Amino acid sequence: MNQFIYKPGEHPDLPPPSNTVGPIAWVRANLLSSPTNIVLSVLSIWFLYEIIPATLEWAFLDAAFTGESRDECRAKAGGACWAFIGERFNLFTYGFYPADERWRIDLTFFLLCLALIPVLWDRCPLRKFGLYFACAFPFIAGWLLLGGFGLTPVDTDEFGGFMLTLVIGVTGISFSLPIGILLALGRQSNLPIVRVFSVGFIEFFRGVPLITLLFVASTMLNYFLPKGTTFDLLLRVLIMVTLFASAYMAEVIRGGLQALPRGQYEAADAMGLKYWTSMRLIILPQALKISIPGIVNTFIGLYKDTTLVIIIGLLDPLGVGRASLADTKWTGLSNEMYLFVAIFFFISCFGMSRYSLYLEKKLATGHER
Amino acid sequence: MNDTPENSNGNSEKEFVIVIRKMHKWYGQFHVLKDINLNVERGEKIVICGPSGSGKSTLIRCINRLEEHQDGEIIVDGTELTNDLKNVEVVRREVGMVFQHFNLFPHLTVLDNCTLAPIWVRKEPREQAEVTAMEYLERVKIPDQASKFPGQLSGGQQQRVAIARSLCMKPRVMLFDEPTSALDPEMIKEVLDVMIELATEGMTMLCVTHEMGFAKTVADRVIFMDEGEIIEQNKPQEFFDNPQHDRTKLFLSQILNH
Repeated sequence: MNQFIYKPGEHPDLPPPSNTVGPIAWVRANLLSSPTNIVLSVLSIWFLYEIIPATLEWAFLDAAFTGESRDECRAKAGGACWAFIGERFNLFTYGFYPADERWRIDLTFFLLCLALIPVLWDRCPLRKFGLYFACAFPFIAGWLLLGGFGLTPVDTDEFGGFMLTLVIGVTGISFSLPIGILLALGRQSNLPIVRVFSVGFIEFFRGVPLITLLFVASTMLNYFLPKGTTFDLLLRVLIMVTLFASAYMAEVIRGGLQALPRGQYEAADAMGLKYWTSMRLIILPQALKISIPGIVNTFIGLYKDTTLVIIIGLLDPLGVGRASLADTKWTGLSNEMYLFVAIFFFISCFGMSRYSLYLEKKLATGHER
Repeated sequence: MNDTPENSNGNSEKEFVIVIRKMHKWYGQFHVLKDINLNVERGEKIVICGPSGSGKSTLIRCINRLEEHQDGEIIVDGTELTNDLKNVEVVRREVGMVFQHFNLFPHLTVLDNCTLAPIWVRKEPREQAEVTAMEYLERVKIPDQASKFPGQLSGGQQQRVAIARSLCMKPRVMLFDEPTSALDPEMIKEVLDVMIELATEGMTMLCVTHEMGFAKTVADRVIFMDEGEIIEQNKPQEFFDNPQHDRTKLFLSQILNH
């Protein structure tokens, strides 16, 4: 390239040298850039070579997909026995919900997906109506799942499996965000009472293990509440999980609020915006955007923590699985069960994580030119 | 001019857009503003200068209550600034402010930055607010950037947007808190040009700035502050050619002779 001489101010933009772009350059830069990197690349490839074929063999090639019991599976193949999951699939999904009423869960799930579209996708057609529907959804879902008003009532004792996970997870997620926002703003408030209450609430719920709260919910509340009050166990769990997650959420959002330059607050004040208007239009949109990774982190944590309800006797997927393993027909298939539950949780959590990345990218304005 | 008669009544206040009497401010134990007396006439252009830490920014931030004063009174366009939030809101609606670091809202487009306050504070319909905003963006010569985000503009362009954003509220008074201090030399001029144009249109302006050229050409009065006090104030010609106070002479010799 040096053979060309340009006059000052007339140097054109030239393409980069060919050995710095393209797939070979990528391999060289990312896999073979240094001796350590070469060793790590070779080790990783060897590790994948060892693990992938064996896993495929166990999970698919040498697996039994049909059969009436573990012994039948074993007779067919030496690998996984997916017949177990197949037979118990409805139990995993619906818990002990009456078989004739399971369409209500299917419908609720369908409506949940429908309600999520306008919430998660800002260019969805008729978004305004979609959001109204999303606000009405919790009431519709409650009616469909619990029954009454024309539907056969179903007791919450019969909730279980993935459906229970979704009920607790979705409720916790959708209530902990607004409560967390209010607590975070309360913690920064100029009003001492509001501030002390927020700090006390956050510190208490963050300082106590969730299991303790769940125990309190299941047993101790009976002592505090007036005799004879019945208070549904699932409802108590929902409240405890939500409050617990709200405390974490509040701290995540406080981080976002504090990361904003003071100038943003001052500019909003100087314009004469009222407190709630400036929070809604200026401070929170930015603070929440900064907090997205932390918020989603809290969501994912909450979602996985729903498995803790097993210790107070609610049957989440793990509870259903453990109960199923106790069946003499299917003993010893814990690998299959745990893998299946793990895949369910992984898909949900991975989905949330991907959505948060998409959101971060979409909301980026101008920091990357 | 800095001597306000004690028995001044409402009549004299009407002539002044801003009246500050015997105002004091403390940060904890630290006495930042000491016995400030200042009357600003409608249409007057005032430049406030002084060494850093002299309280000049704090003074203009008291005028729209970004800072609270503890003693004395500040009356802006007939409204006294007190703990009453209503009064504070009234004053803030009438007083525009331009900051050193622009403080544009990065999550909103340039146009939305300009229409936000008219829509939510003045309750203007969006269409009307957008028409007004475009007018002011044209006046600061960046109408073509209206749909961009602040992060995509240069510093000088951002500061001009910030000026347009304040003007969209049709303020009676504009406060400038070191508007060019964070800008590259090439961009200072484009911002100063906008400010000069604004001054010739008769806007009441209080500028904290180190741009002495701007002070000479535009200001009706230059105020020099040091250690929380107004040391000296005069017409720019007098102020620069014939400073009275030793502290002023020292300051001027330091900023002009290099």
